[in-house]
Amino acid sequence: MDKLNSDVTRPRGPVVIDIESITKDYVMGEEIVRALRGVSLQIRHNEYVAIMGPSGSGKSTLMNMFGCLDTPTSGRYEFNGEDVAAMNDDELAAIRNRQIGFVFQTFNLLPRSTSLRNVELPLIYAGMDPEARVERATQVLVDVGLGDRIHHKPNELSGGQRQRVAIARALVNNPSIILADEPTGDLDSKTGEEIMALLEDLYSRGNTIILVTHERDIARHARRTVHLRDGIIESDEVDVIPAMEAIAAS
Amino acid sequence: MKRFRYELGESWKIAVAQMRSNMTRSTLTALGVIIGIVAVTLMGTAIGGIQVGFDKSMAIFGDDVLYVGQWPWKNVDDWWNYRDRKKIKTEYAEGLNRMIAMTPNSNLAIAIPTSSVYRSVKYQDSEVNNVLVRGTVSDYIITSTFDFKEGRFFNELESRNGANVCVIGYDVADALFPSASPIDKSVLINGQPFKVVGVISRQGSFLGLFSLDSIVVMPLPAFQKYFTAKSEAEVLVKVKDKTKLADAKDELAGLMRRVRGLPPEKKDDFSINEQQALKSTLDPIKDSIAIAGLFITGLSLFVGAIGIMNITFVSVKERTKEIGTRKALGARRRTILLQFLIESTALCFLGGFIGLAFAYVMCFGIGKAFPFFPIHFSFGLVLAGMIVSVMTGLIWGFAPAWTASRLDPVTALRYE
Repeated sequence: MDKLNSDVTRPRGPVVIDIESITKDYVMGEEIVRALRGVSLQIRHNEYVAIMGPSGSGKSTLMNMFGCLDTPTSGRYEFNGEDVAAMNDDELAAIRNRQIGFVFQTFNLLPRSTSLRNVELPLIYAGMDPEARVERATQVLVDVGLGDRIHHKPNELSGGQRQRVAIARALVNNPSIILADEPTGDLDSKTGEEIMALLEDLYSRGNTIILVTHERDIARHARRTVHLRDGIIESDEVDVIPAMEAIAAS
Repeated sequence: MKRFRYELGESWKIAVAQMRSNMTRSTLTALGVIIGIVAVTLMGTAIGGIQVGFDKSMAIFGDDVLYVGQWPWKNVDDWWNYRDRKKIKTEYAEGLNRMIAMTPNSNLAIAIPTSSVYRSVKYQDSEVNNVLVRGTVSDYIITSTFDFKEGRFFNELESRNGANVCVIGYDVADALFPSASPIDKSVLINGQPFKVVGVISRQGSFLGLFSLDSIVVMPLPAFQKYFTAKSEAEVLVKVKDKTKLADAKDELAGLMRRVRGLPPEKKDDFSINEQQALKSTLDPIKDSIAIAGLFITGLSLFVGAIGIMNITFVSVKERTKEIGTRKALGARRRTILLQFLIESTALCFLGGFIGLAFAYVMCFGIGKAFPFFPIHFSFGLVLAGMIVSVMTGLIWGFAPAWTASRLDPVTALRYE
């Protein structure tokens, strides 16, 4: 395992996510669950980070923080230099819309809408003109290899194709980060590898990707792996092997 | 603003897709609204019909005619005070006309004596009972609103001489002369023959209570010759300017007191009636019928509205994960609120539209089957129906839509 705990190999792009000693407490009945107990982390532009940890480690909570779906109980969170912790619901919605592309384990497509309409959705919320919207959504669908599935509904697509639609939807607003939560969890391993190849491709084209997974094989694709346990960071390592493999493969 | 429009368009598309994919559920829910709207609209048409009938009945009295009689046209608690009043006499009309002629700038135009009684009218083997037989003068025609189906009113000469001629109402003509023309035929009233000179065209009924077409009108001298027993007289006074009705009424009261020779300390022993006063007596009754009717039928719409609220809550619950996804993709609270409001409103709008169409067809059918049933389908009613259904959707969809908009995205995304 050639894991280097060094700053030397890290990309030096601008900081996108900057969190400092954040905590998150949940009240469950009479008990207070301390999901995060002080996590500090910086993620720069064009990084490929995997967040790993067993269930209950706080990785879902951390992902919700990254995704601006939730705000921390205490600590500082800046997204592209903006203080997220102080934002209200609608400001968070605007950040999610423009800066964050979500890829879910269960795809979360609207079942009765075509691929195009699904991919269009974030553009609608962003207030883009209909013609520009269709053009942009079509282009992204072509980019992920679904040029011939634009007018299909999710139930007419395979699992891998559905996840591609979801990835297209995540990409459509040119977000600062792509947040993929177990993106291969509902796919067979071959299709899963295809999806990981697509993410690899997106990374090589300059996107920032944060991958949440409990599978070591999936996490291996990332260049940096953050291990969480009991609400704190256990390790934060940069992995040079996949990078070399990728270079060798290309 | 632009974004709002796009969100609106998106919500509309989703709403339509939602209704389509849940056809049975949407239809059943809409049915509640349809029934509610049909009930309320039919009630509305009935109320409209009552109003039209009411106005029509009121118009019979003319808005420029004062009626001098023994009784006021309203319910009185002290009826015994009126019972003992002196009877009104037809001769008062002459006295009144003389005084009107002598008064410069009088507000009154002319006084017309009438005297009425109920009798049977016969022709050959046919007989009509309880016909209002009225004696009056030829000028009576100027206070009346009726037209002639055929023939004419009796003229001044016939009026003065008390010729045995008469004008008959539509119902009387219909009953006694089903096929032939009654003109120049003689009908028997109290065993006396009267030649028919005119037939009044159909007038309908007064508030549906009694027919205005069951009437015979004849010259007063002829009437007085045969029908004095139990007859009741009333003097009709036409005013010059109906905008000065109150002045005219005061003037007439003064004249009547002189006719009756009442000393100043005595109260009027007659009543001067007019259309407006009758209207204000009957209006509250009509209005309370309308309110009660709308309230009761409104309950069915209320039940439909509860159905809308219920289905929207179900829809929100079912689509919790979708709401979470939308929020993750950048939907704001307002967007989600709007989406569910549009869904509930679209359902109500559709229900309202179908309901109105049903109501229209039913009105048409009822109108064809019972031509005299008071029904009045108006544009205002359609507009009101649509507004009510849209408001129903907005108001009753609000609570579930609000719940949806406030959902925590993390919880919503995790919902299975």
